[in-house]
Amino acid sequence: MGFCSIVIALVNNDAPNQNKHKVGLEIHQQLDSNNKLFCNCKIVDSPEYDFTFKRILHPTQSEMGSYDQAAVFESKKIKTVKYLSSKNSNCLIESDEEPPEMVNTEALDLVLTISLALHCTIEDELHVMRKIVIDGSNTTGFQRTILVARNGYLDVDGVRVGIQSICLEEDAARIINEQKDAARIINEQKDDTVDTKIFALDRLGIPLIEIALDPISNTPMFVTNVAQTIGRLLRATKKVTRGLGSIRQDVNISTNGGAVVEVKGVQQLSQLALVIEYETKRQDGLNQIAQELHNRKIHESAFIGNIIDVTDFMQQSNSKIVKKILSGDSRFMALVLREFHGMLSFEPYQGIRLGKELGEVAKSYGIGGIFHSDELPNYGITGEDVKSLASILKVDKNDAFVLVGGPSVLLNSVISELTNRIKKAFSGVVAETRSVRLDGVTVFSRPRPGSSRMYPETDIPYISINENRLKELSKHIPLPWNEVIDQLCKKYPINRTLAENIFDSQYFSLFEKIARHTSINPSFIISKLTEDFVRLERQGYDCSILTQNDLFYLFEQLDKSRISKESIPIILEKLLRNEGSSVNEIIGTLGSEGFTEDDIDGIIKKVIEENHKIISQKGMDSIGLLMGRCMSILRGKVDGEKINKQLVTRLTEHLNKS
Amino acid sequence: MNTCYHKTNFTKIASRDFIKDNKSTHNLLIYTLYKVIEILSNDENHTKLKELFSRFNVNLGDSVIIETDNAKHEGILIPRYEYADVNHLVLKLKNGYNIGINLGKIKNIKKSLDKLDQIIIDPNVNFTEGDKSRDYADSQLSNLSLLSTGGTISSKIDYRTGGVMPALTAKELNDSIPELKKIANIDPEVVLSEYSENIRPEHWTLMTKRIADNVLSGKYDGIIISHGTDTMHYTAAALSFALQNLPIPVVLVGAQRSSDRPSSDASTNLIGACTFASKSKFAGVFVAMHHTLSDEVIACHVGTRVRKNHTSRRDAFHSIDISPFALVRKDQIELCEQFTDLKFNERCTNLENFIVRSNFDDKVMLLKFYPGFDCNIIDYCVQKGSRAIVLEGTGLGHINKECFEQIQTAVKNGIFVFMTSQCIWGKTSLTVYDTGRDLLEIGVIPLSNTTSETALVKVMWCLGNFEDKEVAKIMTSNIANEFTNRIITA
Repeated sequence: MGFCSIVIALVNNDAPNQNKHKVGLEIHQQLDSNNKLFCNCKIVDSPEYDFTFKRILHPTQSEMGSYDQAAVFESKKIKTVKYLSSKNSNCLIESDEEPPEMVNTEALDLVLTISLALHCTIEDELHVMRKIVIDGSNTTGFQRTILVARNGYLDVDGVRVGIQSICLEEDAARIINEQKDAARIINEQKDDTVDTKIFALDRLGIPLIEIALDPISNTPMFVTNVAQTIGRLLRATKKVTRGLGSIRQDVNISTNGGAVVEVKGVQQLSQLALVIEYETKRQDGLNQIAQELHNRKIHESAFIGNIIDVTDFMQQSNSKIVKKILSGDSRFMALVLREFHGMLSFEPYQGIRLGKELGEVAKSYGIGGIFHSDELPNYGITGEDVKSLASILKVDKNDAFVLVGGPSVLLNSVISELTNRIKKAFSGVVAETRSVRLDGVTVFSRPRPGSSRMYPETDIPYISINENRLKELSKHIPLPWNEVIDQLCKKYPINRTLAENIFDSQYFSLFEKIARHTSINPSFIISKLTEDFVRLERQGYDCSILTQNDLFYLFEQLDKSRISKESIPIILEKLLRNEGSSVNEIIGTLGSEGFTEDDIDGIIKKVIEENHKIISQKGMDSIGLLMGRCMSILRGKVDGEKINKQLVTRLTEHLNKS
Repeated sequence: MNTCYHKTNFTKIASRDFIKDNKSTHNLLIYTLYKVIEILSNDENHTKLKELFSRFNVNLGDSVIIETDNAKHEGILIPRYEYADVNHLVLKLKNGYNIGINLGKIKNIKKSLDKLDQIIIDPNVNFTEGDKSRDYADSQLSNLSLLSTGGTISSKIDYRTGGVMPALTAKELNDSIPELKKIANIDPEVVLSEYSENIRPEHWTLMTKRIADNVLSGKYDGIIISHGTDTMHYTAAALSFALQNLPIPVVLVGAQRSSDRPSSDASTNLIGACTFASKSKFAGVFVAMHHTLSDEVIACHVGTRVRKNHTSRRDAFHSIDISPFALVRKDQIELCEQFTDLKFNERCTNLENFIVRSNFDDKVMLLKFYPGFDCNIIDYCVQKGSRAIVLEGTGLGHINKECFEQIQTAVKNGIFVFMTSQCIWGKTSLTVYDTGRDLLEIGVIPLSNTTSETALVKVMWCLGNFEDKEVAKIMTSNIANEFTNRIITA
């Protein structure tokens, strides 16, 4: 299970109105280690959760005595976090109930080796740091991270790309969707309020490498190539994990030396170009909005008008959305923006509006969103309502107002965050962390954390790195990707395309296992594990639900001739459609079991008899038709090649007889 | 409220010497675990680093550019743990990461014009020394006294000034744990600054007196003692004996995770302790700590029945042979079913019955028996002038008969010999086997299910406050729930 995070720095060229972006990549990849980074737990996928506990996290000061703004922001939003732990993959350390063990040397050696491969300068002495993260994804409230090396490079398509830094980090806990994962949670008390966040601890503490690159002036295509090249270098060590859902990519974007926007959650390399395109557009749009605010001579310090509780008025509205918002202990606040008329819906690019940005801020608090005067009347709020509101709020035609409805306890924080956000609109792009949708559109999630979030991990001594250790490790620098592919081609033997496909796939280790334990043709295994899976994904199936054990078992059955080659895609589809609980059960329903040689022979003989007229007319040329008849009975149950061979034998005999 | 974690690494550089020198200690509740400039100037090991700094005229906390053989590093000079090797210096880079640079590789260090620290440090959030007065006082709420004995509720490092003394006033306490101001008006006060393992019987006397003063002042509805967790149960037992018929609750509280981590249990424990101290119907000495691994329920244990049973878990403290006295769940106090088996006075304003006996005599040995135990140790105790020995016997309260002769000698010399069990749970019973009967014959006094730690403290207290002839009687009387009359099956 690898994942990749990408940082994009976007810089305006000297030429005005022409954005030329610079892109910095940050690659995150899980390491395939025996143990976690700071404890002796094994790395186990998808266990059951047998123990739950709840925690409250508080922001703490950094080493320099300041609070991290992202941490403070998160702390205002969440109250309680629930953790699901499993005895298979967790101990007291992940629960923050025991001090960490020393750093996993296997993982550290691997990161050192990769650092050497990328021509980095290794730090003389490594210091474990705590990166404060209090969104609940770490039981401690921080992620442990170690800066291992800096200032390296790699060459991609003849262009040299600088490596800024390489870190060894622990992976965070995985956020859980309670409905989806319900079956895996046992021994659980159901007393949660709706706002409780739930995390599973199986992933917490898995070692990760983080590779941060210098900004690149090049096309999104090239950026994608760089990400792919690094991914391949990492896979060439054969000590990194692969798998869907584990690839997480972050993108940092800044315009013209301005604020840096970090986009988290880019799942696939193919999304990368989309994200760059969207963020470029959005950031340029924000700068245009700032310019427009300037053109309208709106005062940065004087635009905020009344902030008024309008709950009583809103209660009389017939809007269904408003009624729904007000159903609990909720209130409505209105925020007047002087001279802002039309500014909230000012749209330099399609979908890029200040109003939308504000809505995202509100949504990050779990509030449905905002209404603003530029888009009203709408959502069941009538023109009459708007007029009345305007008089309550004492706005004139040049002003705008924003309505926010939600739980009373949150509203003050939301309003203050919204005014903050509007103030920042005067300078264009805002430093923040955003998440990404599949189509590359990004959404606000929290302010961007800064260096204030670093604190030394006082439980672990410094790690001094000596020359001998590096000399020894330099012997294990992975082969360049090309050479790894060459070796694969020779070893199996397979053609280059197949070798590349399987090596880039998450099923590489499964492939090697199947090839080692069965006599199935390697090219056939690869075509099933790559092409068939791509086809199934395109048909809308989620192949990630197939376990490596199931797949291995399936190929084992093929090796034992219990099933035919043709039946593999049929069985896979049935598995994906959930038509059976196991591969074994599905094979049973196919009825391929019990088809003995005699049975097959009997069916072939019967087909020949039934079609003897045609055979007598066409002779050997009837083979296609006969094959079709046989296959209609035996498809998916018996290997086609086998049927064909037997059919030819029987037909020849039949023709010879007659 | 230091944790066992922190201690292992920072014992040597804890800033307690610094505290003594600092005039602000009178209202210092919370202090940093780090002592910064002092480490370097006092520690001969780091002379290399000191020389280097004076050669390039730089100091800790400076923004610098360091040139080495193959690189240029920009950052802030940061102090180094004392136990670390002497060949590196620590630099905090702009991105917040710390690295160590080998001194041998350094070619040049120059001060950077880049004011890194100004970018990083937000002056608004620095703790400042403030007025002790309760600027948040709310007449509707109860008043609590918070006595700090060591450890940290809130700690931070300031590398610029060389170790901060974050003086904590009521306001600052409320600022760092905002929930508190809804519970009570709290007067923080520093009594001691000691790690829990350095607490001695004379510290119990000091604490007793300070608590007694605050009780007698009549100003408070409850008293909170913040304490390192390692020996908190010894202190709890000591206060339980020394302060009898208390009119208000005295609640000891600690943290298993230090307060420099967002996941610290310090604030939940403190909130639970304050809730109990303000609202409890009963007076007495209690220990308030996590009931489970969750930050939800705080258990209040009877001071003489509590024991630290785990090195690191939040729920390390357990009541022995009984359930916790009460559970605090949000603002509700649930008394345990068994509280009728316990002797506790209801909260009152009458100070007439309040008795303070604050002396402790530490001429007591606690000896754990084990296979291979050298019986001469008992002779050694006699020679060293011990006045009492508490034996931690096996099972029901046994030790090897080979030691009988030495025990006999001790008893003949007027030394009190008591028997507790190393089993932790359950009562001693010296009448079941002949070993036990022989021990009774010799004059060993069994202490039923008094924990060995509580027994030790109780003997010290008895010897410190009573005539010898009273000791045996008091030791076998139930003074502060150190005996439970029944152990239920659940």
